[in-house]
Amino acid sequence: MSDLTRRHFLGRLAAAALLPIQGQDSLAGRGEAGSLRDPAAAGRPRAPTELADYDERIKAIEQRLACSCGCTLDIFTCRTTDFTCTYSPQLHRKVVEMDRAGRTAQEILDAFVAEYGEKALMAPRPEGFNLWGYLLPGSAILLAGGALVALISRRRVAVAGVSGGDTRSARVPDDGGRLDRPGGSVEPPATPEEMERLRRALAEVQD
Amino acid sequence: MTLLGQFSLWVALLLGVWATLVSFSGRWQDRPQLADSISGAVYGIFAALVVASLALWKGLVTHDFNIEYVASYTSRNLPSGYIFSAFWAGQKGSLLFWAVVLALFGALAQLLTPRRYRALLPYVGGVTSAVIAFFVCTMVFAANPFERMAFTPADGRGLNPQLQNPGMMIHPPMLYLGYISLTVPFAFAIAALLSRSLDTGWIHAIRKWTLVSWLFLSIGITLGMWWAYVELGWGGYWAWDPVENASLLPWLTMTAFLHSVMIQEKRGMLKRWNLGLIIGTFLLSIFGTFITRSGVIASVHSFTQSSVGYFFLAFLVISGILSFTLLHTRWPSLKAEVQLESVLSREAAFLFNNLLLVGIAFSVLWGTLFPILSELVRGSKITVGPPFFNRVNVPLGLLLLGLTGIGPLIAWRKASPANLRRQFTWPVASGVVTLAALLAAGARDLYALMALGLAGFVAGTLWQEFHRGVRARRRMHGESVPVAFGRLVGRNRRRYGGYLVHVGVLVYFVAFSGMAFRREIEATLKPGESATIASPFGHTYKLTHMGVSQFEALNRIVSAATVSVSKDGRSLGLMTSEKRQHVDSFGRPTFEPSTEVGIRSNLQEDLYITFAGAVGGTEEAVYRFTINPLVWWVWFGGFVLAFGGLVTMWPGGPTIVSSPRRAQPGYQATLAGAGTAAE
Repeated sequence: MSDLTRRHFLGRLAAAALLPIQGQDSLAGRGEAGSLRDPAAAGRPRAPTELADYDERIKAIEQRLACSCGCTLDIFTCRTTDFTCTYSPQLHRKVVEMDRAGRTAQEILDAFVAEYGEKALMAPRPEGFNLWGYLLPGSAILLAGGALVALISRRRVAVAGVSGGDTRSARVPDDGGRLDRPGGSVEPPATPEEMERLRRALAEVQD
Repeated sequence: MTLLGQFSLWVALLLGVWATLVSFSGRWQDRPQLADSISGAVYGIFAALVVASLALWKGLVTHDFNIEYVASYTSRNLPSGYIFSAFWAGQKGSLLFWAVVLALFGALAQLLTPRRYRALLPYVGGVTSAVIAFFVCTMVFAANPFERMAFTPADGRGLNPQLQNPGMMIHPPMLYLGYISLTVPFAFAIAALLSRSLDTGWIHAIRKWTLVSWLFLSIGITLGMWWAYVELGWGGYWAWDPVENASLLPWLTMTAFLHSVMIQEKRGMLKRWNLGLIIGTFLLSIFGTFITRSGVIASVHSFTQSSVGYFFLAFLVISGILSFTLLHTRWPSLKAEVQLESVLSREAAFLFNNLLLVGIAFSVLWGTLFPILSELVRGSKITVGPPFFNRVNVPLGLLLLGLTGIGPLIAWRKASPANLRRQFTWPVASGVVTLAALLAAGARDLYALMALGLAGFVAGTLWQEFHRGVRARRRMHGESVPVAFGRLVGRNRRRYGGYLVHVGVLVYFVAFSGMAFRREIEATLKPGESATIASPFGHTYKLTHMGVSQFEALNRIVSAATVSVSKDGRSLGLMTSEKRQHVDSFGRPTFEPSTEVGIRSNLQEDLYITFAGAVGGTEEAVYRFTINPLVWWVWFGGFVLAFGGLVTMWPGGPTIVSSPRRAQPGYQATLAGAGTAAE
């Protein structure tokens, strides 16, 4: 008894209290399914799951098709999330029927587009005007990045040209003095105030 | 009380208009006493809106169902916590919440701004008052929370079951606080432009505000993900929904600003860019509000479609035109003091980081608006869902993760090859080893491999930065490792707090990549029947259906389906998922039955069970069982990110000395000579 912690003791007490309740449930663990007191409160009635309901191929197709209930989800996610939706189970059955009829994934997608329009797809086809959607962000970033690199490189060349054509002159001078500015003027060495500021900065790092 | 509420709204509106007009005319007419009176007006607006808020809360608490808002979002049997949060659950109440919090922030800006920036305050007061006046105007003319009905219903409709979650008591306020506080930096930026005080003063004045906004947005977004995960029941936390995107947009641009502002402080560069980012971030917060409230884009999160969308669109356009016109007129005064010299410099790394952050923001905005654009151009509707966003944004996100590791390794101004070799060796080795280990373990998902490999590289970078700092302190002061670590972070909070934020981002990416290994099955089980699901970590769960019990609780009838869970033969206990039919105080159903998932979480994975429904009104239950790897780390990443943000903004650190030339080579040379770890 001395090994029994308070947590274990309370746990056992709770288990003992619950045991009779579990015992009263004549259905648990016996493979039978008793009736619910209020079936309507348990959501829409469900049919037993079929193999096709969680078939990876069907799921992959449904994840590319939008549910038409206005939820913005794909058919698979909608039918396995919002169990109140009446559209997604119907659309699922349609996909399963087409699959059973031997249609390929692409044919099923095409059939949905033919019936519901392009909005049936979760992502627009990468063709025509839609290419703008796919390519513009990446292209804009690439272009801006390229322009940035070109701009910096041009400035570097300008700095090197001003300071005698030797890019090494843009490096840190050994005596701790300033770099040549792009405008061509040579700055004087650090002032006492600047050296004091440097000492403060150093102290900040070291403390 | 509604009369008092209405009256308070009108007082706030009139004070807001007056403060806006006087703040600008007072300065232009050179009548400082007028400008000085703005503070009083801002406090007055705040007081009026507090009274209006108390009036609405009183209506909610006393079940005054004659008020349309109270009847729409509460019922007599709604738990008191949700009665309190119903204040911001609907369109009208959330507008009032926005206005009162903005008034509070406006008053705090007047109170807390240091004396040296006081010249900006009349304009700051004018801008915040203008924004508050807009929100109050929208309420008064289009979405009045005090609107009364012609009759009084016996009970209200109650709160949407999905909003009856503890997360919804804090997620919206956090997100709102982030959105709303963005107005203060914007007001300072406009004040700096108007007063031509375009040195770094305005940046120092808003530093805490930008961090506060960023922090609240970060916490709000993470809480939103958590709420979606535990409440919506689809087993994920991010779906690229327009409203989710709307919260991400200002976060991205504010993150860009927090990086680029360092270049302005240290080198006197990017002044125009930083002003543009602050203006853009504010406009994106208004854009997000427009999307959420206009109904122009379909979203599972949006408020009911209403005419307030037109108000927000007009405000967005007018503020955008005025702000960018003002920026344009000050363009010549905002020239950089020095120029960028090398692609291999920290400044350039920050620039590329900004490019990517703003690029991702543009990409998200583009994807969100593309359905509208497509309909305008082609006349046909399209859906732009997660497959589109993942295809476009995941590569950009990975690039950004890479830059998170590269940035801290490159010296300011210009890095030498020797410097690069010294800095990159260990982080690159860390990334390569991580990648090799994953490949050896059998991981084959390309994006997950890239994310985890880059995460290894970034972890190497961060480890190296902390390790060198701690080692330098130990060498100089002879401190123990914990003391050296504590003092390193405590005395350079901005730098090392920032690194902690990077740790949080790193943890996020690792956790996100876990979803590539997700497993799920559906099963229909009679009591006593079992299903098994294999974890990507090698073990197997056996889930035995115990039955469905029904009972009444508070404001709902619950149908609870219970499974007994065992892992590789070892019992883990019971898990329950519920269907909830909410009812009003007369027992009448108020909404469609909602689903409450059961989650068992550990460091490796979440076992996530969803009760889909009963077969034929019996205890035979349809379940969806999902294994979501590494989800716990998403929440931990959010915590680390927020903690890093708090460290960064914690008061009392060393004073920032404004100097555009702090990173001059002479400094670097001397620092190197002193043998410190500083860059």
